[in-house]
Amino acid sequence: MEELDVEPAVTLIPGVDSNRKQMCFDWGPGEMLVCETLFPKGFISGREEKGLGCPNIFIVRKDQDVYSQTLRKLFNESHGIFVGLQKSEEELAGKSKKAQLVLVSKNYRSVIRACMEEMHQLAISTRDPELQCQHSTQVCILSAMELIWNLCEIIFVEIAPAGHLLLYLLDWVRLHVCDVDSMVREVLNSENPSKHKDFWNAVDIFVLQGRMDEARHLLSKEASANPTSMGMCRILDDLMKKMPVLSIGSTQTLTEMELKWQHWHEECQQYLQDGTFASNPHMESICKILLGDENAILEKRELMTTWYHFLVTRLLYSHPTVKPVELRFYAQSSLDLFLEGESSPEPLDSILMAAFEFEIHQVIKECRKCSIALSNWWFVAHLTDLLDHCKLLQSHNLYFGSNMREFLLLEYASGLFSHRCLWQLGVDYFDYCPEYGKVYLELHIERIPLNTEQKALKVLRICEQRQMHEQVRSICKIMAMKAVRNNRLGSALSWSIRAKDAAFATLISDRFLKDYCERGSFSDLDLIDNLGPSMLLSDRLTFLGKYREFHRLYGEKRFSEAAKLLLMLMTARIAPCSFWMTLLIDALPLLEQKEVIFSAEQTYELMRCLEDLTAGKTDNQKFQGDDIETTKVDILRLALARNLARAIVKEGTLEGS
Amino acid sequence: MTKISSSSVCGVALSSLELAAFGDENKISIWSVGDFGNVGTSGEYQGEPQLLCDIRHHGDVMDMQFFDQERIVVASSTGSVTIFRHHQNNQTLSINQRWERAHYHVDPDIPFCGGASCTGVICNNPEIVTVGEDGRINLFRADHKEAVRTIENADSSTLHAVTFLRTTEILTVNSIGQLKIWDFRQQRNEPSQIFSLTGDRIPLHCVDRHPNQQHIVATGGQDGMLSIWDVRQGSMPVSLLNAHEAEMWEVHFHPSNPDHLFTCSEDGSLWHWDTSTDVSEKPSFFHQGGRSITVLSHTANQSVISAWLNNNPTKDRMEITNLVPNQTLSVNSLDVLGPCLVCGTDSEAIYVNRHLFS
Repeated sequence: MEELDVEPAVTLIPGVDSNRKQMCFDWGPGEMLVCETLFPKGFISGREEKGLGCPNIFIVRKDQDVYSQTLRKLFNESHGIFVGLQKSEEELAGKSKKAQLVLVSKNYRSVIRACMEEMHQLAISTRDPELQCQHSTQVCILSAMELIWNLCEIIFVEIAPAGHLLLYLLDWVRLHVCDVDSMVREVLNSENPSKHKDFWNAVDIFVLQGRMDEARHLLSKEASANPTSMGMCRILDDLMKKMPVLSIGSTQTLTEMELKWQHWHEECQQYLQDGTFASNPHMESICKILLGDENAILEKRELMTTWYHFLVTRLLYSHPTVKPVELRFYAQSSLDLFLEGESSPEPLDSILMAAFEFEIHQVIKECRKCSIALSNWWFVAHLTDLLDHCKLLQSHNLYFGSNMREFLLLEYASGLFSHRCLWQLGVDYFDYCPEYGKVYLELHIERIPLNTEQKALKVLRICEQRQMHEQVRSICKIMAMKAVRNNRLGSALSWSIRAKDAAFATLISDRFLKDYCERGSFSDLDLIDNLGPSMLLSDRLTFLGKYREFHRLYGEKRFSEAAKLLLMLMTARIAPCSFWMTLLIDALPLLEQKEVIFSAEQTYELMRCLEDLTAGKTDNQKFQGDDIETTKVDILRLALARNLARAIVKEGTLEGS
Repeated sequence: MTKISSSSVCGVALSSLELAAFGDENKISIWSVGDFGNVGTSGEYQGEPQLLCDIRHHGDVMDMQFFDQERIVVASSTGSVTIFRHHQNNQTLSINQRWERAHYHVDPDIPFCGGASCTGVICNNPEIVTVGEDGRINLFRADHKEAVRTIENADSSTLHAVTFLRTTEILTVNSIGQLKIWDFRQQRNEPSQIFSLTGDRIPLHCVDRHPNQQHIVATGGQDGMLSIWDVRQGSMPVSLLNAHEAEMWEVHFHPSNPDHLFTCSEDGSLWHWDTSTDVSEKPSFFHQGGRSITVLSHTANQSVISAWLNNNPTKDRMEITNLVPNQTLSVNSLDVLGPCLVCGTDSEAIYVNRHLFS
């Protein structure tokens, strides 16, 4: 068992005084049932607990996010991306695979951003302060998630080589420190930009983020406003312009770039040493920053706000061709320098540090630990899956056998199943968990509440597509049972046909036959008359259909056909033994007709059936049976004898005339 | 196709005022889907569909239809049928009327436990007909508190859908594959005609009647098969078309262009069946002597045999297009009016297409 890194959170159950009463609980698929319980007095140190306790049963759910309206969009869209990724897995190979994976990662990120936007809109438009707080927290969580994901994309998915690495990191930093734009806009919109209090801050931040063109643009405003510093501005502008930058797609090699950069660095050094910028402390500090002076950079701490910004700026101006493996050293030292021992690293910082150190498992572990990962595994599950596709996760088996990716996906999907509508998404996730997915699906799918037939049909379709025959049978049986209880025999039959459940069809037919015996007529004729080939599902059902046909033939006065059918029902053993008496009684009117319907052969058959029926009863039963039974048998014997006589006579005499 | 996010939508309806109503597992919402005629300098500007108002709803929405320009009838999984009124001046929805126990099992005195899902609703102002899992058919009239007529135990299995055949006759389909005609003029509680497929009794899920030729009826089944029936003759369908791979949830003829049929299914597709042909363009060798006429022309004098009744419509220029590709989960419901089509899916998205025929 992995060690517990944090203390479990305590949830108070309202209405139950946990100091004085005990609680009992039981686990469910996504939730827990809790209620108050009463132990004998002896356990509560002699105090008598009389009076009503809390009469409620509570459902405790850990995962609230599943029920958040805006996050549903996140779950849905990411489901689409996830399934697309799994499907395209087989087709990809080689170089295009990496590009494809980067695209997938970008898709995930854009979904997070969209959700963040919407959540932000909700936060500013709502008037309820509690909701607003909730939404704002969500926005923070989502933005942290996007930050982490972006970094993981750069380091693990893109696997940017030296040179490009810094460019991606710069983009990353620029994307996530957004106050810059508002500040700059304010400065530019003011009357006299260069006199604005934030002017130099704006220039500084541009330089810190490596946005040289924009810095130069601002600087030109200073130059035009302040002619005395024009000379310095021009030199600084020149330096910025000449800064060697490796662009993606350029054919420059790393060594070339390094040489140029060295050269440029020396030039800046020269200017600084000459005291060119001595009269303007702002420009001097900018020059120092360009030289990669850590102290100068650290002075702008408030502008950078985070240690990873510091890290990137530092790398930009001292080691632009940093290699991925070297990141960890710079990261650690940047963190230490930035925090200066004043504050301790936050959970987010540990995650980012783990990423810089290339410790994937550590990243995932840290994400799971801290609350910014959302209470429902969405983040870790999808991120781990993506990294798994990049073939970066070793098959690091957890103690119960499945690997990390599968474990996280299973947990996430299980969480989805507790929701009324999102369970359909969960099905796809289980499909892509090779080891335990099927088992989990089988267990969860049987527990989806089937309040309408339409939902049952959807569940059945899913089961049939996956060859889960047990579940199909079980669900059909549940629905059929419900139908029978509600007296919807037609529905029950259609469910048993779907499941090819002969036993249930027999049960339904017995119901019909019982109704007939009680009432003397059939209910639901529209069903029985139109059984069609489904009649063959069960013997009893066949009997029912044929029996009804007999009645119809009789009603249409097609007596000889009716007679033949009746006899066939008994001799072919289609009719259940309990029904033979009824069939024989039904034969009575045919026997008593003026014309002879049953031939001698047929009459012998009928007599044999009667004898079989009565022979089966013991002597005791014969005497216990009410007079009606014996009377019936007597009447039948008489009728059969009479018919036999007439038939023999008829067959004996009538020869062609 | 414009995509709107929502929750799992099971019922959609379009009104002539370019409004669409969507119902999901807990609310009804009204959106405006018309074009906003803001013509900019570069051409037409089309706005996105806008959410106008919504209201909570008890139980899942199983089916819905616009009763008139302002009122919507909604069938619920709790067995109740509700009419909502949309107030256009202040864009709100309110409950106009509700029949709480329209559909129920056995004991009507047990609230909700005895409720049976109401599966289909059809309106023909002022009448509303509903059918449900309890096999009951109800005829309501707006503003009448009780049902005008109820056919108890009309069917021993679940009735999945209902539509009007004529003003006093309705068609129902059930889960043992039967299509039944009921005549309200007759007092007895028996169908006047029963149709069924031979072979296995595959449940039928949806039914629609041709808008102009009232003897042509289309039904969709659990195996995704589309059947076209001629109710004047025979008890067998005229043609059977192998369509979807899973349950076909809804079938609709286009109300003003009946050459076009739309079906949506559990397999996640929405098909547009197009049998319209333009006679003038086709060269004459397509009209081979001896075959039935397969063209629906617009001249009033000519008597036409609809393309749908042709024994093998796929031989002739029937085009079938899937309007929602890349869809993984079921398309539950669709509605079409004029150039506008809306459909609701299980993947929590609604699609709106405002230019069907362009």
